[in-house]
Amino acid sequence: MDKKLERILPRVQKPARYVGGEYNAVVKDKSQVDTRVAFCFPDTYEIGMSNLGMRILYGVMNNMEGVWCERVFAPWGDMEEQMREHHIPLYGLESGDPVGDFDMVAFSIGYEMAYPAVLNMLDLSGIPLRSEDRGTALRPLVIAGGTAMYNPEPLADFIDLALIGEGEEELPELIALYHTARAEGWDKPRFLRTASGIQGVYVPSLYDVTYHEDGTVAAITALDGAPEKVCKRLIRDMDGAYFPVKSIVPTTEIVHDRVTLELFRGCIRGCRFCQAGYVYRPVRCRSKDKLVDCGIRACEDTGYQEMTLSSLSTSDYPELVALCDDLADYCDKHHVGLSLPSLRADNFSMDLTERMARGRKAGLTFAPEAGSQRLRDAINKNLTEEDLMESLRRAFSKGWSSVKLYFMLGLPTETDEDIIGIAEMADHVVHCWREHASNKARGVRITVSTSWFVPKPFTAFQWEPQISRAEYERRVKLLREHMTARAVTYNWHDGDTSFLEAVLARGDRRLGRVLEAAFRKGAHLDAWQDYFDLGRWLEAFQGCGLDPAFYANRTREKDEIFPWSMISCGVGDGYLWRERERAYQSLTTPDCRTQCSGCGANKMVGGECHV
Amino acid sequence: MSEYRLVFAKEGRAVWISHLDLLRTFQRAFIRAGMVIKHSQGFHPHPILSFVLPLSVGQASGCELLDFATQEDIPGDEIVRRLTPCLPEGIRALACQAPVKPVRELDALQAEVRLTYDGGIPQGAGEKICALLLGEHVVVEKRNKKKRMVDTDIRPMIRAVFAQEDDRDLLLSVTVQAQNPGVNPALLAAAVERHLPPLRPDAVQVRRTAMLDGTGKLFR
Repeated sequence: MDKKLERILPRVQKPARYVGGEYNAVVKDKSQVDTRVAFCFPDTYEIGMSNLGMRILYGVMNNMEGVWCERVFAPWGDMEEQMREHHIPLYGLESGDPVGDFDMVAFSIGYEMAYPAVLNMLDLSGIPLRSEDRGTALRPLVIAGGTAMYNPEPLADFIDLALIGEGEEELPELIALYHTARAEGWDKPRFLRTASGIQGVYVPSLYDVTYHEDGTVAAITALDGAPEKVCKRLIRDMDGAYFPVKSIVPTTEIVHDRVTLELFRGCIRGCRFCQAGYVYRPVRCRSKDKLVDCGIRACEDTGYQEMTLSSLSTSDYPELVALCDDLADYCDKHHVGLSLPSLRADNFSMDLTERMARGRKAGLTFAPEAGSQRLRDAINKNLTEEDLMESLRRAFSKGWSSVKLYFMLGLPTETDEDIIGIAEMADHVVHCWREHASNKARGVRITVSTSWFVPKPFTAFQWEPQISRAEYERRVKLLREHMTARAVTYNWHDGDTSFLEAVLARGDRRLGRVLEAAFRKGAHLDAWQDYFDLGRWLEAFQGCGLDPAFYANRTREKDEIFPWSMISCGVGDGYLWRERERAYQSLTTPDCRTQCSGCGANKMVGGECHV
Repeated sequence: MSEYRLVFAKEGRAVWISHLDLLRTFQRAFIRAGMVIKHSQGFHPHPILSFVLPLSVGQASGCELLDFATQEDIPGDEIVRRLTPCLPEGIRALACQAPVKPVRELDALQAEVRLTYDGGIPQGAGEKICALLLGEHVVVEKRNKKKRMVDTDIRPMIRAVFAQEDDRDLLLSVTVQAQNPGVNPALLAAAVERHLPPLRPDAVQVRRTAMLDGTGKLFR
C-alpha cells in the first residue's frame, strides 16, 4: 500500500472504505491487462457499493479478457482534505494506481445531485474537467452512464461520451472499439465519431445546440454523421444477462449489505411522475428458476445472510408466490432473511408479507403519493384508500405497529383539499389501529413523509413547472396545521435540494458553466446535507447570467424542443403528452398487462412486449 | 460440539478492518467455508465468536486469536484449510486447535512499534526512548472507564523494551501487560511524542508478534 496513504488513514473516519482488498474484489496481473477502466461512482463507498448496476458492470467488464475494471468512490470530506494536503491523487481501490493513469474513466450516475462529485473526482484525479481541455489523445476517455444520463446535457462539457440505457452489452462494445482504436493509433475525435455509430452512444461534442432569445432551445444539429436520435440500449433476455453471483463482500458496513435479486426491469404501472417507470420500459422478467438458482449461489458464495428482491414493483412479478416458496425453503434452512420491498397495498401482498414475516414484524411502508383519489387518479397511482385500509386492518390485527406513508407535495393539479386529504388519511390510519390493533399496549408509530415534487424528463410531467419555493412552504405549513394526531410523526423534505434537483434534471448544456462555478466555490459532495449549500449555487447562477427558475418553475410549450430531445428512451413525446392530458382530466391509464396503451417501447424488443 | 481457538494474521489492507467489521467478516467466512458456528440462544440467535484481545484499527498482527465452537467435530488443520480461501486479502488462518488455557491466563503481549523519521533517526534516539519507557513513571493520556481522557502512568504495564535500527526506522520490540489492565503498544509511541518532543516520529506502525501466558510461553 502507498506509504503516503498509510499515513493519512489513521486520521480519517472509517478508513476501511478507502483500501479495497475485500472478498471477491478482482485483482489482475497488470502484465496480462491492456485496458484499464476506473469505474467511478460519484458518491461514498457505502452508497456506491450498494448499487446493483455498479456490481453488474464491474463483473461484466472484469469478465473481459485483457480488461481490468477497478472501483473508485468519492472520498468523504475529511479524506478529501487529507488527500489534497498530501498530494495523493484519487486512486483505484484494487491496485491503488492513480485514476489519471487509466485508459477509461467511467462514471455511473444515478441522480443529478451527484454532478458536483463527478467534477470533484476528475479534479482529484488531476484530469482537466472540460473534455475540450483534455486534448486529442485517446487516453483518458471520460464516459458516463446511469439513469441521470437520460438528460446528459448538464454534463455535456465534461464527458467525452454518454452511454444511454442498460450497459451490459453497450459497454463491452465500446471497449472493443477502444481496442481497435488504440491498435490502429486513432486520435480521440476519430474514436468519438466512430463510437457515435454504436446504438446508445451519445457524443455531446457532435451536437450543436442553438437557443431562442427567450432561452429555449431553437435547434439541435447532429454533426459528422452522428445520429439525429440516440436510442437507449436494453437487454432483451434477462435470463441470459449477467448476474453478479461472485460479488464483492465489503468488510465495512454499507447501506444495502445483502444479496440483491433483480426480478425484472421496467414497470407495468405507468405512474405519470415516475421517470424509472417510463425509461426502463418495457417489462422484462427473469424466470423463477433462474432467480432461485442465482439467489442461492450468491448467498453461498458471499456468506450473506440477507437477501432482498429488487424491482420497481415486486408485487407485479408474475411468479412471486412460487419464487418466495422456493427461496424460503433455502432461506429457512440456512438462516437467511428474505425481504420483499416495493409491495403494493393489496390482499395478495399482505398474504405474502405475513408468510415471510416469520415472527419478525418490521415496519410496513406504503407510498400513496397523494392524499385524494382524484389526485391519485391524475398521477395514475393505482392505489385506493380502501385497499390501503384493508391491508392495514390485517397488519394491525396481526401485530404490526409501525407504518410509514410517503407522499409528494406540488404534484400537477394539486389543491389544498388534496393536501388536507393526506392528514385525513393519517387520521384514518390511527383510527384503524385503534379499532384493530391486537396489542394496544405497544402503541403505534405512524410516520408521514412528504417530498417536493421534481418534474423529470421522459415523464408525462416533463412540461410541468415545479411549484415555487414559497408555495411549497405554504403547503407544508398547511399540512402541518392539519396533522393533529399525536401518534403521527410528520417529516418533510428540505426544499433547497429538491429545487436544485429540478433545475439540473431538465437543464441544458449551458448549466455546465454553473456546475463548474459551483464546484470552484466548494460544491463537492452535494448529495449530502452535510455539504450542500444552495447559496453557493445561486451565486454561480448569477455569475453565469442564468436564472434557475427558468429551468425549475417554467411551463413548457407542447412543441418545445427539450435539451434532451436528441435522446430516445423508446417512449415517445406524443404518448407522454396524451398521458399529461389524461392527468388533467383525472383519467387513469390501465397497466400494461390489462391493456397496451401504445407507448412505443414495444419497438425496443422487436414489436411485442412480454409483460 | 467442539471448541476451537484460531490463530490468524491480520496484515496489509486488512489492518483497517475494525473490530465489529472483523466479527462480521469471520461470520461470513465460516458460512462460505460451509461450517456451522454455535449460535446464541434466544429470539435473534447470532454466532458466538470471541476475539481474545481485540486489535486497534490500523495495527497489524501475526498472532490474533479467535474463539468459537462448531456443531460438528472438524480437525483443526481442516478448519484452516477450508477457511483460507474464504478470507479477504490480508487475513490468514495460521493454526487451529482446542483452547489450552482460559482467557484469564493471558498475561503479556509482544509487539513491534516502528517509528519512522523522514529525516533519518535522530542521534541517540534508541537509548533516550528506552530510558524514558523503562524509567520511573511513563504518564500518557488514556481513556478511563468513564470514557474520559485522563493522565495515567503506564510504566507498571511495561515489561520490556528493546530498540534497534531497522531499514532506516527505529524498531521498538516491546512486551507489555495484556490485561487487567492492559496497555496498547501505541501508547508507548504516544509517550515518546509527549515526553521527548524532539524525537517525535513522522509515522508510527504497530505490529503484534506474540501473546504469552504467565510462564512466558505462547498463550494458546
